[in-house]
Amino acid sequence: MSSLQFDIAHLLAGSLVLASFMMLYQDRLYALLNVYALHAGVLALSVAWQAYVQQAPHLYVTALIALVFKAIIIPVALHRIIRRLGIHREIENVIGVGLTMMAGIGLVALSMVVMLRVTPDADALAREDLAFALSVVLLGLLIMVTRRNAVSQVVGFMSLENGLVLAATGAKGMPLVVEISVAFSVLIAFIVIGIFLFRIRERFDSVDVQALDRFRGERR
Amino acid sequence: MIAVALWSVAVLLALAPAGIVLSRHPRGSIILYGGCLIATSALCITALSDLFDVPHLTQSATLPVGLPWLGAHFRLDALSAFFLVVVNLGGVAASLFALGYSRHEDSPGRVLPFYPAYLAAMNVVVLANDAFSFLVAWEFMSLTSWAMVVSHHREAENVRAGYVYLLMASFGTLTLLLAFGLLASGAGYDFDAIRASHPSAALTGMVVILVLLGAGSKAGLVPLHAWLPLAHPAAPSHVSGLMSGVMTKVAVYGFVRIVFDLLPEPVWWWSMVVLLVGGPTATLGVLYALMQRDIKRVLAYSTIENIGIIFTGLGLALAFKAEGLDWVAALAFTAAMLHVFNHALFKSLLFFGAGAVLGATGERDMEKLGGLIHRMPTTAVAVLVGCIAISALPPFNGFVSEWLTFQAILLSPQLSSWGLKLIIPAVGGLLALAAAFAAACFVKLYGISFLGRPRSDVAASAHETDRFSLTAMLMLAALCLLAGILPGLFIDALAPVSKNMVGNVMPHQVGLQWLTIVPIAESRSSYNGLLVFLFVALCGTAAASAIHRFASDRLRRTAAWDCGYPDPNPTIQYSASSFSQPIRRVFGSVVFAAREIGEMPPPSSPLPARFQVELRDLIWDGLYAPIAIVIGFATDRINILQFLSIRRYLTLVFVALIVLLLVVAV
Repeated sequence: MSSLQFDIAHLLAGSLVLASFMMLYQDRLYALLNVYALHAGVLALSVAWQAYVQQAPHLYVTALIALVFKAIIIPVALHRIIRRLGIHREIENVIGVGLTMMAGIGLVALSMVVMLRVTPDADALAREDLAFALSVVLLGLLIMVTRRNAVSQVVGFMSLENGLVLAATGAKGMPLVVEISVAFSVLIAFIVIGIFLFRIRERFDSVDVQALDRFRGERR
Repeated sequence: MIAVALWSVAVLLALAPAGIVLSRHPRGSIILYGGCLIATSALCITALSDLFDVPHLTQSATLPVGLPWLGAHFRLDALSAFFLVVVNLGGVAASLFALGYSRHEDSPGRVLPFYPAYLAAMNVVVLANDAFSFLVAWEFMSLTSWAMVVSHHREAENVRAGYVYLLMASFGTLTLLLAFGLLASGAGYDFDAIRASHPSAALTGMVVILVLLGAGSKAGLVPLHAWLPLAHPAAPSHVSGLMSGVMTKVAVYGFVRIVFDLLPEPVWWWSMVVLLVGGPTATLGVLYALMQRDIKRVLAYSTIENIGIIFTGLGLALAFKAEGLDWVAALAFTAAMLHVFNHALFKSLLFFGAGAVLGATGERDMEKLGGLIHRMPTTAVAVLVGCIAISALPPFNGFVSEWLTFQAILLSPQLSSWGLKLIIPAVGGLLALAAAFAAACFVKLYGISFLGRPRSDVAASAHETDRFSLTAMLMLAALCLLAGILPGLFIDALAPVSKNMVGNVMPHQVGLQWLTIVPIAESRSSYNGLLVFLFVALCGTAAASAIHRFASDRLRRTAAWDCGYPDPNPTIQYSASSFSQPIRRVFGSVVFAAREIGEMPPPSSPLPARFQVELRDLIWDGLYAPIAIVIGFATDRINILQFLSIRRYLTLVFVALIVLLLVVAV
């Protein structure tokens, strides 16, 4: 593998982490969705590059799935949902942007340390890829934890899943069946969550999950 | 022959789903119990023929089920063959008994599917040769028996029994799991690999304690016995017989397999622990039994006593083996194994007898029975044999094994460790006390239930039970007598077991004059069951005929002397609790914190006089109740976790993940 190929793969995976960081501080839903579409697009590029580097044509299929489903269909669908729910003007009070960003940086550092420590024998590209993928997964979780709005939690979950796909393509020899089934499971999760969003909204006039807590008589 | 054994187990397993279908069919239970009878007979005969074919005994087989990289290993050696005989002899008797007894079952669908599965599980425990198969079968055995314990689920008492049983069974499996985990740390889960490994002394010590807890909780060692007297009586009677007579033996098997076979040479303190648990178990078990009124509960508590005797024998074997006196160890070990066999016989017999009484009268309370010897004569004879055997009276089998245990105790001065020298005679004293109490207990059980006048209408209108049940009971009674008068045969059959486990055997018995048995040397002590039997039989017949000939040559029926009481009410008879009152007064105030409350109204008052006895289970109050309180407190605190918001759950997952990653990173 030439140094240029490695560098480009590195760049794309790094951009994915960067996109995750951008999602961390978006406080408007439309902006968050746009960044998510960018995130998925970068993922598609990264997977396509892996397909080229590893000469694994089936990975092109994965890239195509990522592009069509995650970068186009899901963001468009979420856009529509937001419009229909009428929450496009809502501003989410993300707890302390600075603090969240610091936590995100800490998570990336942690995943680097862990991955580089436990995979000393692996291929350099796979190592970097896995480290970045773990960062993306952790950042996705962080998004889910810091958001109150159910839609942003869904987006966090989707970006987490992008990290999983990145890890899967970085490791050589992942069968196509597994990737397709992962992609479909995400799609189904998306559909289920979408339905739930409307049900929640129907009942509580809000998709703020705090409404659920109040309904259960929870003290904050 | 292991193939035959495994196929029979497969047949039993296949019968389990068939039980669901058969339970809807009116004659379904006959077909199912018949199938179990055939399968267990095949297993029993196979194991017996293997036990007598010593050179070709040990065989192994591996089946591609279970863990993918391990498979399921099975092995048939002398110990497994002996316990297969015990398990399946019990299975044969219980299936035969159930052919008749199952008429009384009002919801067969709750018993039929589990019964064959339960038998299969016990067989697999005995055959397993890797920790995974062993534990799976062990847990399967617990679960299937639990299902039968709660089969009569409408009685709140049974549901509580099932709950306590499930908790204790989980605890036992957990400790066994930990024990195997420790053993497997250096070797893997295959028993052959564990045998070949050399674990450190600290590790083996921990394994012994864990196994004693795990197998002991299933066998009913004090203080882990709390579930046993609740669960065993709650099941249908043939299942009670299996649980008490056979499943506790499977627990003994687990202990012997791990401590005598898988672990290296014993250390003296192991035997100290086992003896200190075994002796008190025997005495306390029978003391509890004496205080009960429920027949099946008496029998369940008496199981605890017998398990105490067996564990005392095993502890003695460990002590002597640790000191290198393996010829005495062989004596103690053979005594324990013989008692395993004997107890399986007479405890099954007695539970079947209790089942027959329950079927005929619907009563388990002794105070409502009485006079059954006239209404159920054959059952009465069989139960009498069981009572004599369990009270360890010659010429029946219980005497032989307890006598052999005492012979081993009498050899304790040969030990060099002072601790053991002091403890073993004390344990012997406890065992002697237990034997005396057991006799009192079964005199009470038999005397109150079968003799005297009926104490209730149901007892007065009882009828003899069916033929299948009688055949099963008489078969067991005959075996009790046979093992009592020809013990040499049984001791010799146990020789390969003791050779494998303690490395030595008892002297060869068959062929000695007059079928005598000699534990060590003829100059020390010997016992001849046949002569005792002939003597008892001759004297008894002579005395009976002499009395009939010279004292009562004519049958006269007159009014019974009423002891000065003109009241014909049967409740003025001697009652079960009045029989045990002297023992309760001597021991009960300490062991049970017993209190007697008498209320005597003043002479002019029309109020009745009252007399009440209060017994408390100090082990329950002192050990189980505090644990329950602590767990209840802790769960109340943790319960908050059940009602968090989604985000908090996510945060918990997230934090846990980060902490784990930090652990990896640092």
